[in-house]
Amino acid sequence: MTTADDTQLAMQGTIEALTTGDGSEPVVVNLGPQHPSTHGVFRLKVTLDGEIVQDAEMRIGYLHRSMEKLAEERTYTQNIPFTDRIDYLAAMSNNLAYCLAAEELLGVEVPPRANAIRVMFAELQRVASHAMANGTFINDCGAWHTPLFHMFRDRERVLDMFEMTCGARLTTNYMRIGGVAFDLPDELLPTLEQFLADMPENIANYEALLLENEILHARARGIGLISPEMAINSSLSGPVLRATGVPWDLRKANPYCGYEDYEFDVPVGEQGDCFDRFLVRMAEVKESLKILRQVVDTLPDGPWLADVPLHARPDPGESYARVESPRGELGFYLVSDGGPAPYRFHCRPPSLINLTALKEMSIGGTLADAIVTLGSIDIVVGEIDR
Amino acid sequence: MTDFAGLTSVLGSTLGAWYDFRDLNNLQRLITEWIADWGPDWLASIIAGVLGTLGILGVIGPTLLILIWVERKVIARFQQRYGPNRVGPKGLLQPVADAVKLILKEQLAPRAADKLIFFLPPVLIFVPGVLIWGVLPFGPRMSVADLNVGVLFLLAVSGTTVLVIFMAGWSSNNKYALFGAMRAVAMSISYEVPMVLALLTLVVFSGTMSINGIVEWQQQEDVIFILLFPLSAIAFFFAASAELNRTPADISEAESEIVAGYHTEYSGMRFGLFYAVELGNTLVVSAFIATFFLGGWWLWGLDQWVPSWIILLAKTGAVYFLLIWTRGTLPRLRVDQLMSFCWKALVPATLLFVVVAFVERTLLISEGWDTTVALPIMAVFNIALTLGAIMLFARVSRPAALRRPARIRMAGTEIGGLRAARQVASRTEEPQFQVGGD
Repeated sequence: MTTADDTQLAMQGTIEALTTGDGSEPVVVNLGPQHPSTHGVFRLKVTLDGEIVQDAEMRIGYLHRSMEKLAEERTYTQNIPFTDRIDYLAAMSNNLAYCLAAEELLGVEVPPRANAIRVMFAELQRVASHAMANGTFINDCGAWHTPLFHMFRDRERVLDMFEMTCGARLTTNYMRIGGVAFDLPDELLPTLEQFLADMPENIANYEALLLENEILHARARGIGLISPEMAINSSLSGPVLRATGVPWDLRKANPYCGYEDYEFDVPVGEQGDCFDRFLVRMAEVKESLKILRQVVDTLPDGPWLADVPLHARPDPGESYARVESPRGELGFYLVSDGGPAPYRFHCRPPSLINLTALKEMSIGGTLADAIVTLGSIDIVVGEIDR
Repeated sequence: MTDFAGLTSVLGSTLGAWYDFRDLNNLQRLITEWIADWGPDWLASIIAGVLGTLGILGVIGPTLLILIWVERKVIARFQQRYGPNRVGPKGLLQPVADAVKLILKEQLAPRAADKLIFFLPPVLIFVPGVLIWGVLPFGPRMSVADLNVGVLFLLAVSGTTVLVIFMAGWSSNNKYALFGAMRAVAMSISYEVPMVLALLTLVVFSGTMSINGIVEWQQQEDVIFILLFPLSAIAFFFAASAELNRTPADISEAESEIVAGYHTEYSGMRFGLFYAVELGNTLVVSAFIATFFLGGWWLWGLDQWVPSWIILLAKTGAVYFLLIWTRGTLPRLRVDQLMSFCWKALVPATLLFVVVAFVERTLLISEGWDTTVALPIMAVFNIALTLGAIMLFARVSRPAALRRPARIRMAGTEIGGLRAARQVASRTEEPQFQVGGD
């Protein structure tokens, strides 16, 4: 309580620092858990020498909700809403990965229409998530929210489509074991057509406004570098890995939901810096639109949900399914002991594993570079802590 | 004021009367003359000073409230939003509601803060913010103090702000605040130099340090200084926006890095004062840019028809919009990039133009060149020199990382790890995406 004592203590520390050694000491600065740049409750403890980052320590767990343990008490179907909340910016991808794992465990055959709808929503989710990622990345570079709001326009339209299909915008809970919860509403396809028609112009606008921006180049080029070897050794995935030049995309490498039938390409970067990650995301949005076009054109008719009991009891065994979520390789590992609830429910979150490389990327740069690097990794704290 | 062609002939008798709204100085002059009739001289000058100060405060107070609204609305339009539109008609009362909220909020101070030095800055920062208005000429005779060294006064007063900012950052006992203050000090001191040099160009060329004198020079020679010294104008604009902590140079309160910089720990109306002064400084800097480089209250004879202060206000508004525009569209530079831009680009460039101004001034005065012929030639030469300097700088100063373009390739059929990566990278065909580079 005593102010004088506190001041005196602080003074003593300063005096000690000044009288020992060369009179300077590194400053430890906490970025977070409440901080404008950390995209959630994530704490980055950086040791600074002036503006140069000497050490970066990630402290996670502020959003831990014990999802993996909770899931062991609920049936396979009841667990789907949990996956929404793991990566709340890509709920569809999380639904999908979990349902794929559960289907593998149950041995369910998914009808073709359901697969097409799943691909459609996973790609729409990618468009929305990348819009958010790129917008917040430029925000971290110091722009006054303008690119973010422009990209939110596109994300908003995607969320509107989610809402008209399943009633929810963020936590969709749309996928089911064996298909999807509802068939597409009549108004979805015209809306999607309009969206596909408008997007190329919007993307051309973003490219014209952002790609040649000298300040953005100066802030993001050559910052947060990571080599392909280091990226693979850190088991990075998603745009962060592809920006280093490694062409690894699960939609190609290990196709699911019929991705092998669609024609698309995997954009890869060259340098592995923040700007390449940004560019890879920009290019991936275009590829997603290509896939969406093909899905709309070849959407099969038929049932959208296989006949799976709500209270399914799979045989004892285990399964692992992985998808390419907007952030990288998202995997779900399920173990069944024959009961109605999974014996073990484990998630491989791309954000957490991509984040482990942050220390590598930010040491030696300035504080501002560390923030930009953090923004370019595109973390979702809900996924890191679960 | 000498030759009113149109309006004066109609309203000729009102010139010099208290209700002549073209020159609000008359009001003050009449009052002081009346006091001088019966009172001592010192009373008249004190009353004049008080009236001028009240006049300035009375103008900038409401203007600030409107400006907050304007800035938020304009930024909102940049961002495809509506902006404030709930409180009052068109959201016009939003700043009032914000101010009331800020006043009602509890004012916290960190326990370990240096109390006295923590409490002073929000008050002290107001002093230069108000003083600086004193030398701004709103019209031929409309400035509170028409100093013959007005430029010096302006620079001296604006330089004191950094001390207050440092007090705020240091006393808060907060690392973000300290970082913000350190950055602000480093940047303000650096950017004073190109600012001074840019103004030196004008002082050298017009031969006066009086701000009104600079405007009158532009009026006499029928030219605005942005045409004669565009690079000084650009340098001054950028240096001023750096001093004002606005993007692309808002590093001392970089939101995504150090939360709010030096005023992180200030809450309630203390923060409100910082915010208001920052906005007021933005306004006054716009006004000074308009005065120095755009001819101030003069606009090719229009000032004889329209009150001069309205012309200045319009020009100020245009510059202010430019400042909002840069804020709404540009990302932020890094500290070291800002520093190197200042010392490696702005200082040499403005220095070059000081020399150019010396030479051209000598040609005009000593060689007796005819100004009507010489000035357009000089303007063209200087504009060409500016473009050349900018292009040269863009070529020379580009960091190595930016010299090669960023490329995005398509993996095609190659999927896998390092070997596939090498395969893709070794392809010779045109990459899908290629941006930047020389």
